[in-house]
Amino acid sequence: MSVVAVPAPSSGVTVASTLRGWLLPLGIFVGFLVVWDILVRFLGLPQFILPAPSRIAEAWVAYLPELWASTTYTLVEIIAGLIIGSCAGILMGAVTARWVGLRESLLPFAVAVNSIPIIAFAPLLNNWFGLDSQLSKAMVAAVLCFFPVMINTARGLLHVDPAALEMLRSGAASEAQVFRMVRVPSALPFLFTALKVATTLATIGAIIGEYFGAPSLSIGQYIVRYAAFLNLERSWAAIVFACSIGIGLYMLVVAVERLVMPWHSSFRVGEA
Amino acid sequence: MTERPTTDDVVVDLRGVSKVFEGRGQKAARVEALSGIDLSVRRGEFISLIGPSGCGKSTLLRIVGDLIGVSDGTVMVNGKLAREARLAREYGMVFQAPVLFDWRTVQRNVELPLEIIGRPKEEREARAREMLALVELGDFAGHHPWQLSGGMQQRAAIARALALDPAILLMDEPFGALDEMTRERMNLELLRIWERTATTVIFVTHSIPEAVFLSTRVVVMSARPGRITKIVPVDLPHHRDVETREMERYFELVTEVRESLRGSEGEAVDLRRVAAEGLSA
Repeated sequence: MSVVAVPAPSSGVTVASTLRGWLLPLGIFVGFLVVWDILVRFLGLPQFILPAPSRIAEAWVAYLPELWASTTYTLVEIIAGLIIGSCAGILMGAVTARWVGLRESLLPFAVAVNSIPIIAFAPLLNNWFGLDSQLSKAMVAAVLCFFPVMINTARGLLHVDPAALEMLRSGAASEAQVFRMVRVPSALPFLFTALKVATTLATIGAIIGEYFGAPSLSIGQYIVRYAAFLNLERSWAAIVFACSIGIGLYMLVVAVERLVMPWHSSFRVGEA
Repeated sequence: MTERPTTDDVVVDLRGVSKVFEGRGQKAARVEALSGIDLSVRRGEFISLIGPSGCGKSTLLRIVGDLIGVSDGTVMVNGKLAREARLAREYGMVFQAPVLFDWRTVQRNVELPLEIIGRPKEEREARAREMLALVELGDFAGHHPWQLSGGMQQRAAIARALALDPAILLMDEPFGALDEMTRERMNLELLRIWERTATTVIFVTHSIPEAVFLSTRVVVMSARPGRITKIVPVDLPHHRDVETREMERYFELVTEVRESLRGSEGEAVDLRRVAAEGLSA
């Protein structure tokens, strides 16, 4: 046969090229820290304005047990919020995609919920679900996650090639089969994009919720407390943990995405 | 030279079919897409629908396949209403785009129609392998669609359309997106598949040479409203190959279809002028 086909991709990226890919960003990051450290020391900036990275690292090591306890406490809230918000968003997205009437009547409410400033809403949620409870912070995170997940799920379920629908219709597929065979796979890229945004939003939401009241061993309270005591390097050490949570969850979503839809164009090697 | 097993057995029977698209909203444009279509297709025939853009040939194909309804007239397929025929899975459809799912391998794309009717796994796999062998994609069963060339993707789509051994194969400009070389090769392969499966084909195309080369009859249509202006029987030998395209009779038929098309386009222009004058009066 003279028709050209692209061979199936081999195992993909090698270890060496992965390392090369990581080396440059890592180098830039280290360089950034070194410049920061030098500037702080030579300009003689007071540590309550901007502590040197080395001081932050010292605080990080010195207070590791309590930082770790705060991080795990907040992480539970973030993950719970992510699950609650995403499940509600997927459900509502699916419902609004399926029934046009509901879409038109529910969407304004979803937009309204989304436009409430979370700073204004967080104290209320603390009030409803308990000031010292992890659930109230999870709910702040959930409210933030809900909207992008819902909108993207609905869009993904509706964003189906019309020809694919015709093809399934000519095969007399049931509505449930259309949903399972084409709508869900078509919605997955949209859903994962939303989940990546949601991990960041959930982290922000939980920490904001904690600002308005939480046990002292939580990331939000830890940051606020030591900022008030002008022990800024301890606040910064907690911020580093908060960043790590965000990055970690993001990478988790990327890993699940690759696992669930390895066929997607963004993961292809040697595309036709 | 094999004779086509064409019989008098009518598979598709269209009587007085018309289709009007009612415009919606303020700029309601009422489009008369098809008007007074009568057409009988016998079992084993290869019918091409050809005509200018907007003549409703794709609409007609979709009406036969019960993807859209008629405004008037009847569509009988294998003695059933089009809708019953669709629910009985009498159709295989191939579109201009291959419409293969990236998340399935080529093999599992071909299995799709069998999966819809709930056939057991072993049967699905065996049938899909058989169909892939028919379109000469046996070695690519485990590939994903995006790893295939355009022509190969369209062959996979044909394999999928044939998976349920349909009474009719409906093809909507299936090779329109392919380059000329690939297109000619696909034409030969389609004829070979048609000869082996003895299925009835209705084929929409823009290409006059393609229509003449493939068909037992070429149905020439005019635009707005879409009508059948002429049916050209193709009396070329049933077994066709590269040399068919160099036969004198082939050129005569191509010319005949071209001239009928020119006539139908003139008429369409006249109709538009009449409509415009009617509006200004």
